[in-house]
Amino acid sequence: MLAKRIIPCLDVKDGRTVKGVNFVDLRDAGDPVELAWQYSRQGADELIFLDITATHERRKTTVELVKAVARQVNIPFTIGGGINELADADILLHSGADKISINSAAVRNPALINELADAFGIQFVVVAVDTRNVGGKNFVHLNGGRLKTDIETEDWIKEAENRGAGEILLTSMDHDGTKNGFDCAFLKKINDNLSIPLIASGGAGNRQHFVDVFQQSNVDAALAASVFHYGEILIPDLKAELRRHGIEVR
Amino acid sequence: MTGIINYGAGNIFSLTAALDRLDIPYGMINEVDELAIYDRIIIPGVGHAGAAMRKLRESGLASSISRITKPVLGICVGMQLLTAYSEEGDSPLLDIIPLNTLHFEKRIAEKVPHMGWNKVFHENGCPIFDNIKKDAYFYFVHSYFIEYNATFTAAFARYGLKFSAAIQDRNFYGVQFHPEKSGEAGERLLLNFSNLY
Repeated sequence: MLAKRIIPCLDVKDGRTVKGVNFVDLRDAGDPVELAWQYSRQGADELIFLDITATHERRKTTVELVKAVARQVNIPFTIGGGINELADADILLHSGADKISINSAAVRNPALINELADAFGIQFVVVAVDTRNVGGKNFVHLNGGRLKTDIETEDWIKEAENRGAGEILLTSMDHDGTKNGFDCAFLKKINDNLSIPLIASGGAGNRQHFVDVFQQSNVDAALAASVFHYGEILIPDLKAELRRHGIEVR
Repeated sequence: MTGIINYGAGNIFSLTAALDRLDIPYGMINEVDELAIYDRIIIPGVGHAGAAMRKLRESGLASSISRITKPVLGICVGMQLLTAYSEEGDSPLLDIIPLNTLHFEKRIAEKVPHMGWNKVFHENGCPIFDNIKKDAYFYFVHSYFIEYNATFTAAFARYGLKFSAAIQDRNFYGVQFHPEKSGEAGERLLLNFSNLY
């Protein structure tokens, strides 16, 4: 049986983690490599780095980050942010990234998914989708959830899968930051119609929320940021809790 | 010293980074003559098995690999290359180990690719699994698998069906998972291989 995955997400800007990180035993809480290494030691199954660098130097700093992580960390990791064309992805692959995540760029140019999948294999291509419920329907949102599109989330995910996405990272904007739990019902609906892995994101506040999302929606992985960064949930405790509920984890 | 066959199939940064962390010395093999320099050989590989086989033939190394008598480790697609045939691209492969590489799709109800951490059960004392737990987790990413075989399967995993997570015949070893991404168990496996002569 494949183990359910627990994935901490790190926001990175100009090569440093942003948002507070409050971790014991860290010499430098802003160093994404050190944080990544700590998470791998704690039993994280995978890591996602979201690079929100906006400067012209972005590509260079991102490549340096990816190389540094690949040198130090012995678990797989995904890098997202600012990947708009094949060349962006190519340089990240050759710097040691296991997967790349694309979001707005894929919505604006869906053929990018096909191009990436053909060039690097579907296992390399994570399509991240930000969704928000508007009038009873879920719509794809861009720019970190601020810009609504007219694309229904279910339709877009199906299209992304057909075009060659290897995995979907679905963030429920209505739940993100609330710490009230994942959007299990919608995640289940999506997951039941998907034949590639689904990562749940948005709403994790306590260990029970992870139990719920795996039991109720059967997603393949669950992602969270602040609850891990602030030490509110420790990964070994979380995994012990999941195991107690009969959920297979590493 | 360990030689890595450098035939342009996928990225080897993660592999060399893992070897660096473990202080395992290595070099790159670009042509046939360089095979003789090393004590053992790694065949890496991600992506399409048929395309990887084509690149290996173009490199001129394909016909020499079956004659190597030193330890050889194929990783992921590098492992699949050791088998006779892959359904991916309907490709004849090196045929060093008489097994087939098959597509998961239509054979299992589970999602494809098989992506994530799964338990690996080694059975018959294959030396690359020395000091590794019987049901250790390793990281997999693949859509094609090597069929289970009582003779050549050194370790198996289950994903909808039982398949070869590792194979061995004489000095030839192959692992379907990525030891360079599989935490401490993966590092142990790379160290074990680096101690083979």
